[in-house]
Amino acid sequence: MKENKNTKKAFYSGKDLPEVKLKFNSAWDLAPAPEDSKHVSIKKQYDLFINGEFVKPNSKKYFATYNPATDEKISEVADADEKDVDKAVKAARAAFGKWSKLSGKERGKYIYRIARLMQERAREFAVIETMDGGKPIRESRDIDVPLAANHFFYYAGWADKLEYAFPNRNPKPLGVAGQIIPWNFPLLMAAWKIAPALAAGNTVVLKPAETTPLTALKLAELIRDSGLPKGVVNIITGAGKTGAAIVNHPDINKIAFTGSTNVGKWIQKSIAGTDKKCTLELGGKAANIIFEDAPLDQAVEGIINGIFFNQGHVCCAGSRLFVQESVADVVIRKLKDRMETLRVGDPMDKNTDIGAINSKQQLLKIQEYINIGKNEGGEIYQPSCSLPKKGNFCKPTIFLNVSQSHRIVQEEIFGPVLAIQTFRTIEEVIEKANNIPYGLSAGVWTDKGSKIFNLTSKLKAGVIWANTYNKFDPTSPFGGYKESGFGREGGLHGLGAYLQF
Amino acid sequence: MATRIEIQKTYKIYIGGQFPRTESGRYYPLKNKKGDVMANICLSSRKDFRNAEVAARGAQSGWGSRAAFNRAQILYRIAEMLEGRKEQFISELVLQGSTVAAAKQEVETSIDRMVYYSGWCDKFQAIYSSVNPVASSHFNFSVPEPTGVVAIIADEATSLLGLVTAIAPVIAGGNTCIVLASETKPLCAVTFAEVLNSSDLPGGVVNILTGSSSELHEHFSSHMDVNAVVYYRNNKAEIKTIKENASLNVKRVFVYNKINIATEKAESPYFIFDTQEIKTTWHPIENIGTSKAGY
Repeated sequence: MKENKNTKKAFYSGKDLPEVKLKFNSAWDLAPAPEDSKHVSIKKQYDLFINGEFVKPNSKKYFATYNPATDEKISEVADADEKDVDKAVKAARAAFGKWSKLSGKERGKYIYRIARLMQERAREFAVIETMDGGKPIRESRDIDVPLAANHFFYYAGWADKLEYAFPNRNPKPLGVAGQIIPWNFPLLMAAWKIAPALAAGNTVVLKPAETTPLTALKLAELIRDSGLPKGVVNIITGAGKTGAAIVNHPDINKIAFTGSTNVGKWIQKSIAGTDKKCTLELGGKAANIIFEDAPLDQAVEGIINGIFFNQGHVCCAGSRLFVQESVADVVIRKLKDRMETLRVGDPMDKNTDIGAINSKQQLLKIQEYINIGKNEGGEIYQPSCSLPKKGNFCKPTIFLNVSQSHRIVQEEIFGPVLAIQTFRTIEEVIEKANNIPYGLSAGVWTDKGSKIFNLTSKLKAGVIWANTYNKFDPTSPFGGYKESGFGREGGLHGLGAYLQF
Repeated sequence: MATRIEIQKTYKIYIGGQFPRTESGRYYPLKNKKGDVMANICLSSRKDFRNAEVAARGAQSGWGSRAAFNRAQILYRIAEMLEGRKEQFISELVLQGSTVAAAKQEVETSIDRMVYYSGWCDKFQAIYSSVNPVASSHFNFSVPEPTGVVAIIADEATSLLGLVTAIAPVIAGGNTCIVLASETKPLCAVTFAEVLNSSDLPGGVVNILTGSSSELHEHFSSHMDVNAVVYYRNNKAEIKTIKENASLNVKRVFVYNKINIATEKAESPYFIFDTQEIKTTWHPIENIGTSKAGY
């Protein structure tokens, strides 16, 4: 490729680029590299973890959990009803007195133990996470599980230092926290919820999502093994009804919820007449903004990671791409080329980039949105990859020729679907990026520092990634503006959600 | 010589730096202990609130992006203007039933509280920011930013102090607001608006309505372009409705009815912090230790 020295614009227009279609599929075939799952033990049936032991559900009912990549049943878990929730809350309440009076140093030691045990069993957790949820083993192994363990390790250290976090205040735990988590990062979300709650001296009742309960139940086993006092952590499984019973239980002091904006709003309304505290981590529709002076190859990697990480099941996914007009052709061409190299398939294969969609229901929702995008006149592009015959899979998808009013631009899809728009000026892109009810995250790609700070200060979003995307860390507060929720998780700011003053 | 006829003041509301009457044309009479009418007070409507919200939204980005030092100076200027009008506020408070001593105390506390929050304008950020030592090769920091437009239902028992206590921390943090003044003691609200109007505070940053919380709390909490609601009163039914309506667009709700606003307990940067959002920014760093280059 020869650089045109006359004008930068001509160089970026894409007209000079050779019209060579790169053929990745033929030359890039890799031998299967599946992670072994033989060493992992999964029971046929799991009960509810209440007061330090596994107990049968009141209803005697169980429901199955499936591997979304194979449609095979993995195990079945208990369906907790109101009585089970009440039992779990009572156990948490009974444990609260002693736990909250335990010195911060000692509380911290228990949490450190959980972190260490998780590190020791990291591989097992990663395999189960991938089997139950469909995410690539590379992600569960390198991101979900280590981050979950690190989260416990980080907050363990806060347990005896709380008074330093809030100057001139006297922090006290809230009591019993009811925590409801989603299916996209099952173990990591459990860690985000449990670790700061325990460090602050609360006890918890946690409900994992109904399609991904297994790593939370393995965490329950781990917590039992850790010797954590009985009742400090209770983990109960079930669907929306179980969650509603937690939200409405009169003896819960705090609700922490991660999930859809609709359910979040329902929770906020449900607890309106009570003194329950609340933090919500809800949906998003993040703008990922590429300027003409950005490092384009890295930006393309950022776009790919932003929208296809975890099959796009990410509340902070960069699902709206804004490319400056002058580089749109070249960015989109590079993006299409890069999409051609993505490996979609067996999540247990260590070379897989995009795994299985978490559930049939979610796959249908994504397909519906793809149809909406087509029907509204969007120009669809999908790479030529083949999909496995069994299981829930979806090709990575981008839409061109869409505008602000398209539903696929406005609504959260929670799948590997990217809506691409172009822009000319900074003012225009800020306006477009902010013109949405959500405000969880955003991405900015440019080589100019002052432009980065201009944008990061004007974008209404809780997390801004500049020249990077989808990065997470226990020390880094995460959470949204506007309808993406309130409160932060992670870092010093994450402690405030579990304390009163 | 004939006695001079006194000029009486028309009490209006304050929206976008202007002093309109309520668009509804409605009023309620404010009477003194003897039952004489002292003033006709605007009974603000939903439409007034909506107009005020538009003014507040329009002013927010400008106010929020001003230098914090400049905001500090403007809040201090408000205190200066209050000090200059001290006697007027005292006489209005006395008209509304205060003793002279209590009125003096209320006005002085109000002035001092404004100075207190003026000082925080360019300092609270340092208290609530953090540089986060992430494990990867990134520079990561978190800073507070204004949440946006805040709807406030101020204390009912005080005429001036409740307003100052409610407004100061919200605007110190770069938000703009719409405030409902005390229904039974509304006189200082309009005079306070005159103070704001002569303090270099841009129009729309503070909008003050008079009227009834029982009518307006519904609209304060259900407006889809309001980011937070702050409530200083004790009506449980209103609190519940506000919290329910807040869920329409995930508003932040703060109920401060257990704080004695006459004391220093009502002065804290944590009141500023409540109407702030924490924003975290990441950027790669090339080659930290053994890490790879960031991008």
